[in-house]
Parts: sequence; structure tokens; C-alpha cells
Amino acid sequence: MFLIAIYAASGFFVLLVLLLFASLVKGSWPALAAFGAKFLWTSEWNPVTEQFGALPLIFGTVVSSTIAIVLAGLVGILAAAYLAEFAPRWLARPLSFVIELLAAVPSVVFGLWGLFVLAPFVRVALAPSLQHAFGFLPIFSGPISTGTNMLTAGLILALMILPTVTAISREVIVAIAQDLREASMSLGATKWETVSRVVIPAARVGIFGAIVLALGRAIGETIATTMVIGNKPVIAASLFAPSYTLASVIANEFTEANGDVYIGALLELGLLLFLVSFIVNGLARLLLFTVLKGDRA
Amino acid sequence: MNHPDAPLKVEDLSAFYGDMRAVADVSMSFAPRNVTALMGPSGCGKTTLLRCLNRIHEIAPGARTEGTVLLDGEDVYDSEMSVIELRRRVGMVFQRPNPFPTMSIFGNVVSGLSRSVPKNDKAAAAEKALRSAALWDEVKDKLGRPATALSGGQQQRLCIARALAVEPEVLLMDEPTSSLDPISTLSIEELMTKLAEHYTIVVVTHNMQQAARVSRYAAFMLADETRAGRLVEMDETSKMFTKPSDRRTEDYITGRFG
Repeated sequence: MFLIAIYAASGFFVLLVLLLFASLVKGSWPALAAFGAKFLWTSEWNPVTEQFGALPLIFGTVVSSTIAIVLAGLVGILAAAYLAEFAPRWLARPLSFVIELLAAVPSVVFGLWGLFVLAPFVRVALAPSLQHAFGFLPIFSGPISTGTNMLTAGLILALMILPTVTAISREVIVAIAQDLREASMSLGATKWETVSRVVIPAARVGIFGAIVLALGRAIGETIATTMVIGNKPVIAASLFAPSYTLASVIANEFTEANGDVYIGALLELGLLLFLVSFIVNGLARLLLFTVLKGDRA
Repeated sequence: MNHPDAPLKVEDLSAFYGDMRAVADVSMSFAPRNVTALMGPSGCGKTTLLRCLNRIHEIAPGARTEGTVLLDGEDVYDSEMSVIELRRRVGMVFQRPNPFPTMSIFGNVVSGLSRSVPKNDKAAAAEKALRSAALWDEVKDKLGRPATALSGGQQQRLCIARALAVEPEVLLMDEPTSSLDPISTLSIEELMTKLAEHYTIVVVTHNMQQAARVSRYAAFMLADETRAGRLVEMDETSKMFTKPSDRRTEDYITGRFG
């Protein structure tokens, strides 16, 4: 009896995922029928003429997530290495705690802060100085008309996924066997050489898993992105131009969507996000599982 | 035991983990180009003592030492002594074979060499170290393969080669065969006998047959009532096993405890 209850409960979740997938397909059917695969590589997003192409949104999602993952990856791995290997214990504990608290801040709060603090800073200080120094690069060229743009969205996302990268990478680094560190140091390596040449390489699969997991969060993040990205379905080379993401289009337009095709198009974006998140998260968990299983068994 | 020409000497050494004293007032010297075995039951401080000799003991949080360790007459705990230089002169092999998992066989052997060493010199050093560790013939055709593809015994010989590649004077071995099968154990023991022609070897073991087979000198340690490890006696291994001068050594050797 108990066994049946367990199977039923876990079966429920499988059923839920399948039903979610099925209803997304069904709901997006008008758009799937109208645009087919062309939906993925056309750039027109026009509710008035009922022309829907998701390319600018895919572009916005990919670029903002890439900025986020590059920045959060670099800072997060260094922070994790510091916390796991260098920080004295009295400092490492409270620091880890604060970083994990950062992950608990609601994303709308990040969005508010991004809109009222980060965006003005990007417009008057960061973007002009980047343009001054690296203006010859297309990504830093063009007019800086607003603080709500691709760069600000990327920065906010980086900040939001930083706790994930740091906390999981730290856990993976800590799980590396102590005798590897000792072997390295017994050969006359410094602490830094030991961490950079032995410990981090040994932890690389798990760190990669942490980054992919964080990438999944960046791709799916909705409200904070919507508040700072500018919400214009355009493809621009410059990071100072506004953009739009899959998730923020859905959040912004679902209340005003009318007509089967419009609603279908939004649901098709949802289907796209669903599939991408599913694959990215699945990959991340698979990677992390192989690394951490020995430690947790 | 006092060897006047000993490259490595310990004088009144105590080692601590926080407030707990793990080694108490040990003095001994290690004969050049010979194997010295540190024996004793679990918790007698023999491994901690070994780890003080290349100052790897101090990387544990709260770990510290008192007393003197002399390497060729220089105090290794002196502020003038570079710990990096010390560890290059005093190599170490661990209980569990621990090759670097992301490096190739070749990469492991040369991992202790400076990056500025030219490639040809590295290859020569790797071959020399692998030959000394009796591993060359088994791996010469697969130096680029991951080190983790080797068997446990081969991995341990690789770790010995890795330690030898930086050309140390002294080799510390912490129960180097405790995770190996009998055949691999035998090959490591033969290797130790051979290496003792060129290196001063200190080996921790709680396998008395092993101490009898490989070592010329042996020290017997025992924890006192405060659980601090003390040296009971040190002598030629053959004498320790036939006519120990301390009753407790005799009890241990005849299997009455430990």
C-alpha cells in the first residue's frame, strides 16, 4: 500500500512534466501551424500584423546569458577557490553564508535595484568609459541612449547567478581529496600553484556543471531581465542597445495577447524555454552527479 | 642511534594538532643511503613525525611543531629556510597512490619540475625518474595516457618517479604499500632496497615483516598516557627483531599488542 503511494507520488511528477509539455504544444499549435520552423529564424515580432519570429528574442536570451555566465563564471570560480582554499575559517563561513543569502533575494528586488541604481550607473559611467576605451569594438559602439540595455541585463543576471556558481564550485573544490593537495605541495609547489594546477583541474567537471546549472537560471530568469533589458525585439551588435528575451516577452505581453496566433506564439516561446531549460539543467545535474556522488554516498 | 654523517636529524621534536600533542620529544637521526623504518601501533605519532620532516604537517589547521629538524645541518624550521626548497630536497610518497588525475603519465612525472625547464630536459628527467622507479618499461609507449589508467601498484611507482624527478636527497614514504596487493607490495619493497643505494629513505609502516625486509634501521614508537607519541628505541632492524632492549618493543614484535 505504502509502496503504491510512493510510486503514485513520483509518477505524478513525470505525468506533470508530460502534461505541461503536451499543453504547451497544444496551446502553441496555431503559431506552429502558421510559421513552422521559420519561427526560429525570422526577426519580425509584430502583434499588429500577426507576424511572429523569435530570432531577436533568442539572440537577446543567448547574449545576455553569455555575458552573465562569462562574468559570473570568472568571479565565481575565483571566489570559490578563495573560500575553499585560502580564506581562514572564521571568514570563510560567514562569507559563504552571505553568498548563499544572495541567492535567496527575490529576483524582483534585483530588478528594482537594477532599474534604479545599476541602469543609471551603466548609462552615465560604465558604458561611456567602456566606449572610450574599447569603442573600436562593435559591441561597445553606438549611441548610449538608455541604461536599460543588454549590458545592464547581463550584469544583473551575472549578479543573480553568481551565488550558484560560487556555492556549487566551492562544494566541488572542497570535495577534492586532501592527499592530492599534499602530493603537490610535497613537490615544492606553492599553495597557489597547487590550487591552479592540481585542485581546480581536478574539479573541472564539477565546476563546469555549476556553470551550466547557473546558465539554466540565467536563460529562464524573467522579471529582473524584463525590468532592465529595454524590451525591444531588435538585433543590435552593440551591448548598449536595448534587447528582449524569451522569458521577458512572455511576462510582458501575456496580459495583452489576443487572438490564437499571438497567444500561440507566446506559448511557443514557453515551449522553447521549457525544452532548453530541461536540456541545460539535465546536463548540469548529470555532470554534478558524476562528480559529487562519491562524496555523498 | 646517532649517525654522525646523517643528512637528516631530529632533536627534541614535538608536534601538535591544536592543543593535542601527537609527538613528544623525539630525537633521532637517519643513516645516509639506507632505509630507516618507523614502526608502532596506530596513533603512535609515526606518520605525524614523518610529516614534520618535510613540513607538510603544518598545512593542517592548528598544526605546529617545537624542536629542531636538521637537513644537512640546517634547521628546516628556521625562517631562513625556504619550505619550497626543503620539500624539493625531501620528497614524499603517500599511503594511497595519488597521481594527479587530470595529468598524463608524463605530466605527472614532470609536475614537480619548473615550467622553465626545456622540453628535451624534461623528457630526459622523466625517463631517468621512471627508470629509477622501475616503471619505464611498462609505460614508455604510453606516456601520454592518463595516469589513472595505470594499476594501483604502477600508480604508486609513478608517484615515486614523480618524487624522484625533482632529485631529492631524502625520500619519505608513509605506508606506501598499505593499499596495494601482495605482488605490487613486493615490487615496491624491492624498489626501496634499490633506491636506498642513492637516497636516504624513511618509511612508516605498521607491517613488521615489511620493516624486517626493507629496513637497515628501525625506530619503535608508542603513545604515552596523554596519547603523545614517544620514541621507545631505535637500533639496527636485525637487532630490534632479535634482541630488543626495551620490554615494550619485544611485546609489540611478538604480537602481544598493536
